[in-house]
Amino acid sequence: MSNSDFEPRIVAFLCNWCTYTGADLAGTSRIQYPPNVRIIRLMCSGAVDPVYVLKALLDGADGVLIGGCHPGDCHYQTGNYKARRRVAILKETLRQMGLEEDRLWLRWISASEGQRFADTITEMTAALKAMGPNPMRREWAV
Amino acid sequence: MARTPKVGVYICHCGINIAHTVDVEEVAGFAGRLPHVAVARHYTYMCSDPGQNLIKQDIEELGLTHVVVAACSPLMHETTFRLACQEKGLNPYQFEMANIREQCSWVHAAGPETTEKAKQLVASGVSKAILLEPLAEREAEVTPAALVIGGGVAGIHAALDIADAGFRVVLVERGPALGGRAMQLHKTFPTLEPVAGLIAPLIARLLGHPRIEVLTEAEVTEVSGYYGNFEIEVAIRNPQSAICNLQVGAIIVATGYDLFDPTALPEFGYGQYPEVITGMEFERLAAGGEITVNGKTPQDVVFIHCVGSRDAHRALPYCSRVCCMVTARQAHEIQQRLPEANVTVLYMDVRAFGKGFEEFYDEVRREGVLYRRANPSEIIRRGDKLIVRAEDTLLGEAVELPADLVVLAVGMTPRADTEKLAALLRLSRSPDGFFMEAHPKLRPVDTATGGVFLAGCCQGPKDIPDTIAQARAAAAAAMVPLMRGKVKVEAAVAFVEEELCAGCGVCAELCTYGALALHPVRGVMTVNPVLCQGCGACAMACPSGAMNLHHFTFDQVMAQVDTLVGHLS
Repeated sequence: MSNSDFEPRIVAFLCNWCTYTGADLAGTSRIQYPPNVRIIRLMCSGAVDPVYVLKALLDGADGVLIGGCHPGDCHYQTGNYKARRRVAILKETLRQMGLEEDRLWLRWISASEGQRFADTITEMTAALKAMGPNPMRREWAV
Repeated sequence: MARTPKVGVYICHCGINIAHTVDVEEVAGFAGRLPHVAVARHYTYMCSDPGQNLIKQDIEELGLTHVVVAACSPLMHETTFRLACQEKGLNPYQFEMANIREQCSWVHAAGPETTEKAKQLVASGVSKAILLEPLAEREAEVTPAALVIGGGVAGIHAALDIADAGFRVVLVERGPALGGRAMQLHKTFPTLEPVAGLIAPLIARLLGHPRIEVLTEAEVTEVSGYYGNFEIEVAIRNPQSAICNLQVGAIIVATGYDLFDPTALPEFGYGQYPEVITGMEFERLAAGGEITVNGKTPQDVVFIHCVGSRDAHRALPYCSRVCCMVTARQAHEIQQRLPEANVTVLYMDVRAFGKGFEEFYDEVRREGVLYRRANPSEIIRRGDKLIVRAEDTLLGEAVELPADLVVLAVGMTPRADTEKLAALLRLSRSPDGFFMEAHPKLRPVDTATGGVFLAGCCQGPKDIPDTIAQARAAAAAAMVPLMRGKVKVEAAVAFVEEELCAGCGVCAELCTYGALALHPVRGVMTVNPVLCQGCGACAMACPSGAMNLHHFTFDQVMAQVDTLVGHLS
């Protein structure tokens, strides 16, 4: 597959209070972004089990986005800090597995940042296009 | 699970909002072929009565165990459909929503990719739905008291309404006096009544109310607990400084606004020329007897609109809604009291949208106030006069206006302590920095934090009647739990699978709410479902997979990932 016709597949785990609502605002504001993302709603970015991320990447998703509240704004006070520490370790794990660590993005996007959410998806889609398909997709094929 | 799941899937057209970009018929056909799906339909408006009836009928006739509606955001209509399910005896937690409007049809162009995305979101929803289990909704007792933060017009009205309804209210005001910004205003617009005369009786009633406790020079320093039972710490910072602990069931935030500081725009010479003052300073000048500047009666008075407002590049991008009419009232005051003076208003647009506003604006112009559409560039001194340089944007030429007094109509800004309070109360802020309401159209006084409501200018610029309307609406909203005496407690809380739990306590260390404790006999963790807020941090951290979060279980999320990634290839 050449990189030009490669459409990256992004799974996004978004916290209910900030980034999921921000993604809704992108919708109500009709801000367009590439249809490459599939959103899973969780209550908090601190509830993203590393296994969710690893499963998505090992099964062949090209990128994973974790979206949470800005530091200090977490609805549950400290969930986003927990997510931040976990992502740091996950990136190390990805490197050890031979996967590009930049397939995993963590972004703080508030409920009022619809534009920022759309921009993030646009940027991430472009970055993953440049990076190319997840090598796991081929390795896991029978 | 006792029975094999039997899922009903309903694709909403939302008029053309979804149907215009998503092939809803194709999505319904696809959904009908998914495992465990007994019926898949599409309909114009699922939230309408006929739409909901489709669901209710299918629950009855087909014995559905789970329902998936693919429509708008769950933040919009989840409650609507949960209630429809509940009416036909289906547990509301066996309902799932696929967001194919805000997160699909509204953000992508019409085409096969958009329909494909909608299908996958539906498949993801169904794969989660078949694993959803019925949950029991619990209720918690409500402390029959309210906290009002801010002693301005909004806070006073909210406090009086709640107290009049029979509940105890504690009003915390940061400053030494009550009445807020309104007490600094000279007169109302367009009705020209002295503001202090309107507010003073309200303050007297507030202070004399048997159910209202007023704490001035006091600040909320700590908020814990949850909807119905908040624990508040207030620091009183006067000579008898003290720490006060309160228990309340609801909180109203009515902290008001700050004013834009015009020193940020040096071309106006504010702080440099004593003859340049803000609109708020004019109020003091007008209330203080004879109007003089440097000991003399001003002959030429220039008002400048939108100082710092509607200027996304250098100052505030938004309109403060009140300055046009405040300026008209101030120009009227000068015209009445100094009939010899030349009064000019330099404006960008005049926004006279309220009841009686346009009529008042017309009257002020008839009195002789000159309105000139102009873009001011700088203020300089020439002799004993100031000169306002501007571009007349109707004539397209540069003009110079002599002035003895220049009044800058500065807009409203979020209070400097907004960020601190937002963190304490877990509130979001709009792009303009003011506190954000739960929904810009439908929930203007609620916030994302249950039991916390907004009133007045802390949510955005408002005039006095709009502030009072929102304050009384917030009071009414806060009284709902107070009157009922009970609030629904989140059912989607953490739970423990005891046979897997080693009692290591990692989860308890992570829990912000102190909801987890080691069972003294069984040696496993226990969850206090009233304290648990359902964030899921414990479930994610449990090394043995014993901790889990209802409605967002490990298996449910993994099923969604599996479906989405599987369908992607």
